[in-house]
Amino acid sequence: MSETDTHDPNRRDFLYIATGMAGAVGAAAVAWPFIDQMQPDASTLALASIEVDVSSLTPGMSLTAKWRGKPVFIRNRTPEEIKAAQDVKLEDLKDPLARNANLASDATATDADRSGGEGKENWLVMVGVCTHLGCIPLGQQGEYGGWFCPCHGSVYDTAGRIRGGPAPENMAVPVFSFISDTKIRVG
Amino acid sequence: MSEGHSTYTPKTGVGRWFDARLPLPRLVYDSFIAYPVPRNLNYAWTFGGILSIMLVAQILTGIVLAMHYTSDTNLAFNSVEKIMRDVNDGWMLRYLHSNGASFFFIAVYVHIFRGLYYGSYKAPRELLWILGCIIYLLMMATGFMGYVLPWGQMSFWGATVITGFFTAIPLVGDWIQQLLLGGFAVDNPTLNRFFALHYLLPFMIAGVVVLHIWALHVVGQSNPTGIEVKSKTDTVAFTPYATIKDALGMIVFLLFFAYFVFYMPNYLGHPDNYTIANPLKTPAHIVPEWYFLPFYAILRAITFNIGPINSKLGGVLAMFGAIAMLFIVPWLDTSKVRSAVYRPWYKLFFWLFAANCIMLGWLGSRPAEGSYVVMAQLCTLFYFAFFLIVLPVLGLIETPRRLPNSITEAVLEKNKGGSGHPAGATASPETKG
Repeated sequence: MSETDTHDPNRRDFLYIATGMAGAVGAAAVAWPFIDQMQPDASTLALASIEVDVSSLTPGMSLTAKWRGKPVFIRNRTPEEIKAAQDVKLEDLKDPLARNANLASDATATDADRSGGEGKENWLVMVGVCTHLGCIPLGQQGEYGGWFCPCHGSVYDTAGRIRGGPAPENMAVPVFSFISDTKIRVG
Repeated sequence: MSEGHSTYTPKTGVGRWFDARLPLPRLVYDSFIAYPVPRNLNYAWTFGGILSIMLVAQILTGIVLAMHYTSDTNLAFNSVEKIMRDVNDGWMLRYLHSNGASFFFIAVYVHIFRGLYYGSYKAPRELLWILGCIIYLLMMATGFMGYVLPWGQMSFWGATVITGFFTAIPLVGDWIQQLLLGGFAVDNPTLNRFFALHYLLPFMIAGVVVLHIWALHVVGQSNPTGIEVKSKTDTVAFTPYATIKDALGMIVFLLFFAYFVFYMPNYLGHPDNYTIANPLKTPAHIVPEWYFLPFYAILRAITFNIGPINSKLGGVLAMFGAIAMLFIVPWLDTSKVRSAVYRPWYKLFFWLFAANCIMLGWLGSRPAEGSYVVMAQLCTLFYFAFFLIVLPVLGLIETPRRLPNSITEAVLEKNKGGSGHPAGATASPETKG
């Protein structure tokens, strides 16, 4: 044994390190389920898509659907609202990105890329949650005739783009599609 | 215990037997009976004891409320109404608990400002101070989660806004928020975990309180002069002197508390929280509980981007930074003199700071628009300037007043030519040499 004492590193060092490593991996493996259980569970994730009938919405009317526990605003915009949104220059926007889950992440926040697009530009579908701290903005209010968040004073225009106040981003457009002319699937 | 050896001598055989095996009575005797306290402590020093009483009261009322409460989003609101209407004395227990939280915070704010005024955080009491800051953080988490449990409109939207803070963190923010909520929005999983944590945290507070008191008994109490205890004449025994003073402080404090509980139990609450939570409708004007208002005002004051930091992250950083300031106060204050009594300029800035905090609280309760935003920005600026500029610079340029040589000298000087107590009277022991 006296011979091994002079070697550095020796077998004992190896055993210490190996035991320590096994202990660390074991601790992490035990800790993970305790963290993982806090993530959204299967029943929460199951509510991933909804279908909404929009046949009753004439221009100037909106409805709010509930998707993943959050409100989704669906608005049939008036021609004046569309015109107001189209006339805004991109450089006047606080957030120049479309934030549209149906488009590439670098799509710009033109009115066409925020709304239902070509031929459907009167339809605006977006998650009705202020991008500041998650309050629900009030519709057809504020300086730009779009949305106004009562919590901390963020102002959105008629395309749901952030124009003033503390919110950093345009309201998110979720993945959606027209199943028919009067039915929208969200998610 | 700063005096060193223990003077406890058990009088009975059972006492000696017990002391040799588990010296718990000795610990109590040394900590709360023979423990020497500075003879000049004023009523600001009674708030530590008041806070202990409030913690015990909150745990007691909380445990019995939990026996009647249901943490399910469909039942929570009605179970609280049931406590108010059907449970025997439930109305009183709930009002004691909800107002108890407010009075807990009133006491902790007096306690913190006392520490700032008399420089209680300076060496060797830095760890004592930091443990106090940790207790304060735990109290805020507990208070916030408790407010969510009745599942009213303010509960729901307060939870939405506060968990929304975490989405400001780049990259992992959304994941952290979903981890806290257990979903994509505040819902049943959120309520359940908040209830579990609201039950757990007070016991963690109690644990840190033990460390806080332990650290206090190692370094000894500070006092209004900020001069360390030098001789036996500088102190009096904890019992009866501090015990009786603390007891009077507690009784007066509890009188105010009782007045609120019995005559204006909803004054510190918000009427919107008697409306059941509605995930599709935000109340017109969201305000947190009053004790968070100064921080809420700081959060909303940052309406502009600062370089790569957007306004949202900036607001959240400013708010957490405002609390973080407290943790580093012992190293920001460069003055050798502890007490504001001997620091004329610090005394002025301290009161300006206190007024500024009250102003921030008021601004936090106002809507975030117009001149309120500008005022909140100015007050936020002063808040940070007090810690980051006034505290370090003042210690270097200020000329403090002459310090007395000892606590005894300070006390006797103050009473020289005063009312002249008859010698040997038991009243005002602190004024006699």
